[in-house]
Amino acid sequence: MNNPQVVDSSVDVITHIQQRPLVEMLDDPLDRGQHIEVLRITDLSKFYMMGEVRVDALKHISLEFHAGELAVLLGASGSGKSTLLNIIGGLDVPSSGKLFFHGREMTAATEAELTAYRRRSIGFVFQFYNLISSLSALENVQLVTEIADNPMPAEEALRLVDLGHRLNHFPAQLSGGEQQRVAIARAVAKRPELLLCDEPTGALDFQTGKLVLDVLEKVNRELGTTTLVITHNASIAGMADRVVRLRSGELSEDRQNLTRMSPSELVW
Amino acid sequence: MKPLQRKLLRELMRLKGQMLAVAAVVACGISVFVSMSSVKHSLEVSRQRYYNKYRFADVFVQVKRAPEFYRETVSRIPGVASVSTRITADVTLDVPGLDEPATARLVSIPEYRTPVLNDIFLKKGRYIEPGKPEEVIASKPFLEANHLVPGDRISAVINGRKRSLLIVGMGLSPEYIYEVQPGSFFPDKRRFGVFWMGRRSLESALDMSGAFNDLSLTLAHGASEKDVIMRLDNLFKRYGSLGAYGRSEHLSDRFIVDEIKQVGIQITFLPVVFLAVAVFLLNIVLRRIVATQRDQIAVLKAIGYSNEDVGLHYLGFAMIPTAFGAVAGTLLGAWLGRGLMNIYTEFYNFAELVYYFRFEDVALSVLLSFAAAIFGALGAVRSAVQLPPAEAMRPDSPLLYKPGIFDRESLRKKIPVSVRIILRNLERRPWKAALSVLMTSLSVAILIAGRYTYDSLDRMVQVEFTAKHREDVTVIFNNPMPPRVRFNIASLDGVIEHEYYREEPVRMSFGHRVRRQSIKGMESVKGLQRLVDKANLQFSLPPDGILLTSTLAALLGVRPGDKLQIDFLQGRQLHTELLVSGTIDEILGLSAYMNLGALNRLAGDGGALTAAYLRLDQAKAGKLYTTFKDMPGVSGIMMLKAMKQSFDELIAQSMNTSTVILTTFACVLAFAVVYNGARISLSERARELTSLRVLGMTKGEISFILLGEQALLTIAAIPLGFLIGIGLSALLAHALSSELYRLPLVFSAFNFLFAFIVIVLVSVVSAFLVRRRLTSLDLVEVLKTRE
Repeated sequence: MNNPQVVDSSVDVITHIQQRPLVEMLDDPLDRGQHIEVLRITDLSKFYMMGEVRVDALKHISLEFHAGELAVLLGASGSGKSTLLNIIGGLDVPSSGKLFFHGREMTAATEAELTAYRRRSIGFVFQFYNLISSLSALENVQLVTEIADNPMPAEEALRLVDLGHRLNHFPAQLSGGEQQRVAIARAVAKRPELLLCDEPTGALDFQTGKLVLDVLEKVNRELGTTTLVITHNASIAGMADRVVRLRSGELSEDRQNLTRMSPSELVW
Repeated sequence: MKPLQRKLLRELMRLKGQMLAVAAVVACGISVFVSMSSVKHSLEVSRQRYYNKYRFADVFVQVKRAPEFYRETVSRIPGVASVSTRITADVTLDVPGLDEPATARLVSIPEYRTPVLNDIFLKKGRYIEPGKPEEVIASKPFLEANHLVPGDRISAVINGRKRSLLIVGMGLSPEYIYEVQPGSFFPDKRRFGVFWMGRRSLESALDMSGAFNDLSLTLAHGASEKDVIMRLDNLFKRYGSLGAYGRSEHLSDRFIVDEIKQVGIQITFLPVVFLAVAVFLLNIVLRRIVATQRDQIAVLKAIGYSNEDVGLHYLGFAMIPTAFGAVAGTLLGAWLGRGLMNIYTEFYNFAELVYYFRFEDVALSVLLSFAAAIFGALGAVRSAVQLPPAEAMRPDSPLLYKPGIFDRESLRKKIPVSVRIILRNLERRPWKAALSVLMTSLSVAILIAGRYTYDSLDRMVQVEFTAKHREDVTVIFNNPMPPRVRFNIASLDGVIEHEYYREEPVRMSFGHRVRRQSIKGMESVKGLQRLVDKANLQFSLPPDGILLTSTLAALLGVRPGDKLQIDFLQGRQLHTELLVSGTIDEILGLSAYMNLGALNRLAGDGGALTAAYLRLDQAKAGKLYTTFKDMPGVSGIMMLKAMKQSFDELIAQSMNTSTVILTTFACVLAFAVVYNGARISLSERARELTSLRVLGMTKGEISFILLGEQALLTIAAIPLGFLIGIGLSALLAHALSSELYRLPLVFSAFNFLFAFIVIVLVSVVSAFLVRRRLTSLDLVEVLKTRE
């Protein structure tokens, strides 16, 4: 997308969304996201070879996600949910099928376009936080604000996740929950359109996990970022607008929650 | 500073031991290159400037005596730019404080200072004054070695008459940058000096009015040296010319040109080894960094950093230590270069030996080392760039282990588990192990090659000063003496043994190849003088025919059994044919040996003797020396012991310096390779080893596993290093050989022992450093860290 010649109509849409005041998008919480389709997946499959064995990670998945949605992808270990998330985030490519981001086919994008896509539009949160251990909390966030187009100040991103007081701590000096919040700050600092969280509470205890989910909910609510959380923990589904369940690479459930629970009400 | 740059710097600091090792290797390579290049350039420029400024001639010819009008004749030869004629003579000197006689080469200069060829650079004092025949300018090395200054007097025997000479100046000439007595290879500053004296006074002292015995000329641009030499030879044949020659046969120039060539060889060979090791180190260190940072690479890519960003980031791990090495190496190189130039001033007498530090050399070496850094880092950086982010999220898959040769049932029972782990590790990654061994062996090889020159010179000294010669002094006659001179010598009180030789200048030709050469006719090779080749083997003299040194035979293209055409240049100037009866691979110079009787018969003059080898009764030597000082027929004596001593002093300094430098650099190399190897193993296997600790192994046991592997690699590297070292030395010996000398290929047991001890010490130190890290590993932390 850095190359003007590859710009197509979808860029207009992106610009349009980015320029829309957040308040306008958040006018009607129940109705949000109904207007604009952010992500569309059609007949997506992914297999890979493990030694001589073919593993079908995803089989013919079709899905859409809408602006401002908070969706939880449920599935047991090996159900293909991480593979799906990696493909959505432009880290992996499907074996067949298509992925559209604002109508633009990302499955046909070049390496440079995928890099730009990740740089501008996607925020990642990983199970193991994946902070750079040699950089402080603030610097880990700056890693992103450095290269993003319209980032929020790194300090502000850390305040958003209630870590305004631990800016200069290194990962080794932070608790697991704090590290995950830094990772969230790092993901949201660029004001991504899509926040992808891979088992964000997987490595955390119950209380800390809830704190992290609180932050994710807050980001979704306050910034209107479309958020996809993948987890094997069904209890988390309560906080979502929408719940998608995968089983052995296939879509087994896709439902809307009528009401969203606050993460603090969740129990597991 | 950007966060990625901060990450880079912090992680470099964490890996500082390994990075310093890389930087040190680069620094060694660059410093050798920079110092040697600048020395080479400085020598070249100093030589050229000196030659230009003081008009060093292009062609030289010595005659017995030729009328002065030939100067005109020569100047009309096409291609000749300027001509100068001189009178030269070798005389004995009585140096205050020196028992034995010294030799002076008297060279005539104009009474009034006018620009001449081979002009004098007046370092101290003044030029001679006309009408004062006793005034001389003496060469700087001689004056300094004998603690003489302008104003001092010295007596000489010139043409049979003892004369007192007043030294008025201290000078240097481009003709004697390397100042040695004719017939000798090694400078003996105390016993040989050049004296410049007024032409008039030399003419009268030597009865040479209206004549000259030395002519030199410069060539016009584009003139053919060969043609001019041919014409000179025709012109001066009847005046006892031994043949004209160009700069390439001028001894002093020859030494300098060879020296410059040798420096050039060192420029290529050492830095290449260091850069190769730097490439290897960067390769293994960076591969390890990328392997441990797989997840970080994935995150950077997930965040939106491009492949170029990631690639450049990891390239930084190679570039920054290289840059440090480049800066340190340049500074070290400048310092070393200056030091080496100081050593050169001991050997070579330049009017001004200026040290030129060239930016181009620095730029080139820095460029080369960065190219090496990129080359070394390339594999690792490429794998970082190509790492698919989704895959990188997953930890590296475990290495594939299959049962190997050490897992045979029969062996398995006998080998303890820890040893099996070591062997399996080496067996699984044979290339990595082989490369580690090779790199360590390179440092062993440099140690061997560094000390090889030491052994080689030792052999040279042993052959040249002990095996070949048993005499105490060589007495050189002014003119060839008739055979009866032996009665005069024998009658001298204190002479125990005496033996003679004849040096007969000839022109040798075989096919189209021609060389001016003298034949040494020897009385015997079993008495005071022997024939010994560079392997220290004694040769006997063929009764007929001629024995050539291998280099001379190769230059002429002859083999034993071939017939050589010989033209005598003196006396009756006969032409004859001689059978090449054999070759001898000598260390120094080019020589041709014959039986004295056979040579006398060929020359057809009833025999002549050029010099005598004498063994003296040491109690009576002092008195004998005094006799020689006043003997009109003696132009000089050479003392074996004094020559050996002066050679030892001269060589010791330069050899010690270069051995210290090479040894230090080889240690750096060995340490860098061994330490980095151990650190990387530690990083790769910390989890595994800590798991073993958790399972109940002691610190000693896991240290054994890790360090045992390193020890095995080092032990394998030592014999390989010996072999490579021998090969490297042979290459060096070959590359450094010239017409002047050939380095014998010899190795002392001490050389190998020294390399062995150094490498073992270096390994023990790096093992100690790594073991400290290994034993301080936190059991819980290591197991928690996700790889």
